[in-house]
Amino acid sequence: MRMLIILLRKEFQQIFRDKSILPLIIVLPIVQLLIMPLAADYDIRNISLGVIDHDRSPISQELLSVIGSSGYFIIRSEHTSYQEALGEIENEKTDIILEIPASFERNIARLGGDEVLISANAINAAKAGIGASYLSTIITGFNSNIKVNRLRAYGLEPVPRIDITSSSWFNPYMNYHYYMVPGILVMLVTIVSGFMATLNIVREKEIGTIEQINVSPIRKHQFLMGKLVPFWIIGIIVFTIGLGIAWLVYGIVPKGSIGLLYLFLAIYLVAVLGFGLLVSTFTENQQQSMFVAFFFIMIFILMSGLFTSVDSMPPWAQWITRFNPVTYFVEVIRMVMLKGSGFADIRQHLLTIIGFAIFFNGWAVWVYRKTS
Amino acid sequence: MKEKIIIAENLSKQFGHFKAVDNISFDVSKGEIFGFLGANGAGKTTAMRILCGLSYPSSGKARVAGFDVYHQQEQIKKNIGYMSQKFSLYEDLTVLENIRFFGGIYGLGKKELKNKSDELLQTLHLSGETSKLVRSLPLGWKQKLAFSVAIIHKPVIVFLDEPTGGVDPITRRQFWDMIYQASENGITVFVTTHYMDEASYCSRLSIMVDGQIRAIGSPAELMEQHHAENMDQVFFDLARTATRSAD
Repeated sequence: MRMLIILLRKEFQQIFRDKSILPLIIVLPIVQLLIMPLAADYDIRNISLGVIDHDRSPISQELLSVIGSSGYFIIRSEHTSYQEALGEIENEKTDIILEIPASFERNIARLGGDEVLISANAINAAKAGIGASYLSTIITGFNSNIKVNRLRAYGLEPVPRIDITSSSWFNPYMNYHYYMVPGILVMLVTIVSGFMATLNIVREKEIGTIEQINVSPIRKHQFLMGKLVPFWIIGIIVFTIGLGIAWLVYGIVPKGSIGLLYLFLAIYLVAVLGFGLLVSTFTENQQQSMFVAFFFIMIFILMSGLFTSVDSMPPWAQWITRFNPVTYFVEVIRMVMLKGSGFADIRQHLLTIIGFAIFFNGWAVWVYRKTS
Repeated sequence: MKEKIIIAENLSKQFGHFKAVDNISFDVSKGEIFGFLGANGAGKTTAMRILCGLSYPSSGKARVAGFDVYHQQEQIKKNIGYMSQKFSLYEDLTVLENIRFFGGIYGLGKKELKNKSDELLQTLHLSGETSKLVRSLPLGWKQKLAFSVAIIHKPVIVFLDEPTGGVDPITRRQFWDMIYQASENGITVFVTTHYMDEASYCSRLSIMVDGQIRAIGSPAELMEQHHAENMDQVFFDLARTATRSAD
C-alpha cells in the first residue's frame, strides 16, 4: 500500500507538471460536447433542389410552394432544361432535380394524375435517399389532397384513408442531441483515458526509466496499478465535467440513477485502461502505440453504435460489435440517461464489461514482464 | 577469503544462434570495485542485465548477493542499486521528488529519507536546487545525482553501466571519488566503462571479447601479463582479436 502511494504521488507529480494535460482534461470535453452534437446531426435539411418546371401553371407553383414550406428543401434555381440542372449536380450545387412535365396541370385535370421526375445525386447516399423520400412523401401528400379536393368538387365522398399518427417515446421531440450527447460522453472518456494511459507507460519505455523500475523491488501489479489509478480518476473527472455540460447546455438530466451510471463507468474505465495497458506492453515507442491505439479506438468507436445504429449493420458487423466494450457503454448510457433503466436492465451489460476488464487486464499483467 | 557478492559459473545467454554471453565465469568479492570491460557488442550489457535480474540466462549458474538469478530475482532487486547508460532519473521531476521516489520504493522511512536526502544534497552541493527539474541540471550533476540515488538504500552491490559517458574529465574524477567513497562504506561496485584511465582505478577487472571473458585480474596483473605499459595497450591487444563486429 505504501508502495502504491509512492507510485501514485510520482504519477500525479508528472501528470500535473505537464502543462498541456490540465487544459486537455477540462477543455476537451467542453469543446467536443459543444461542437459534436450540433455537427453530428442526422436530420437531413438544407437539401438543394433544382427545379425544371416545364408547366409553369398554378398547380405546379402550388406544388413548389408546398415543397418549399416543408423546411427541408432550398429551391435553388429555375432551370430550363434537364441538362442544365444535371450540370448543377455535377458542380455539387444541387442535390436533387425535380422535373415537372409541360402537361402537368392538364393531365391532372383530365386524367387525374401525372408523373414527375426526381433524380438525386447519390454520392451522399444518405442525403439522396432521405431527400428523395421526403420529396416523394410531400408529392404524394399533395397528390392525395388534389384527389380529395376534386372528388369533393364533384360532390363525392373522399376515399377512406388510413392516417398514421406516431408518438416518440423517451425523446418526445425527436431531439437529436438527446441521442448524441450521452454517446459522445462515452467517446470522450474512452479517448482521454485510453490514450493517456497507453502513452504514459510507453513513454517510460522510450526514455528508459522503466528499466530503473524493473530493477527495483516494485512488484509488477504495483507498477501497473500506479499507472491505472491516475487515469481512472481523470476518466471520472472528464465524465463528470461532460455530464455537467450535458445538463447546462443541452438540458439533459439522467432519467435513471446517476450512481448506476458511475458504477458502470468505474468498471468500464478499468476495461479501457486495461486495453491501453495491453497496447503499451506490445509496443516499444510512443509512435507505435499511438498508431495501434488509434486504430483500435477508431474501430471501437465507429462500430459502437454511437454514430450508426448497430441494428442496421450487417450480421457479421453486429457480431463484431459484441466484442467491443464501447458498444456496451453506449447502450447503457442511453438506457440509463434517456430511458431511466435500472440495475436489472443493465445487469447483463455490467457482467460483460466486468468480463472485458478482467480479460484486458489479465492479459496485460500476463504479458508485462520485469524480467525477459 | 572474503565474502563473494557475485559468483558466475559458465553463464551464457543466447539469442537464436547468437551467443551474446558465452560461458563466462568470474566472481566479485565484497567491497571490490570490479571493472567490466569490453568493446561495444562484446556482451557486457547482456551479462549485466542477467546479474541485475532483468534477463534470464540461457544456461550456467549465477548468484548475486547470495540470491539465485533464476528464482530469486525479487530478492536480488532489493539488494542492488542500478544506474544505466540511459539516464535513469525522471527528468520531469525535481531533484527532491526523484530522491523521495527512489528512496521510497526501496522502503526508506520518512525520517531516514529526510536525513539521507539532506546529506546527499549537501555532498552534491545541490541544497539550493532541490526544486529544480532534473532536466535542467548539467549532465555531470545529473549523473552524480543518479549515482547517489542508486545507492540511497545502501545496497550490497551497485551496478553502473557506463556511468561517466559524455561527462567532462573533472566531473569524472569527482564521480570516481564518489565510487571510492561508496566502496569504503562497504558497497561493492560493478562498473562498465570505455575509459581506460577509469579501468586502472578498479581493484580488479575483466575484459570481454566476443561474449567471452579473455582476461581477468588487477590492472597491474593484466599489464604485466600483456607486457603493456598501460591499460589502453592491454585492451587493444585483446579487443583486436574480436571477430564479431561492434554494433
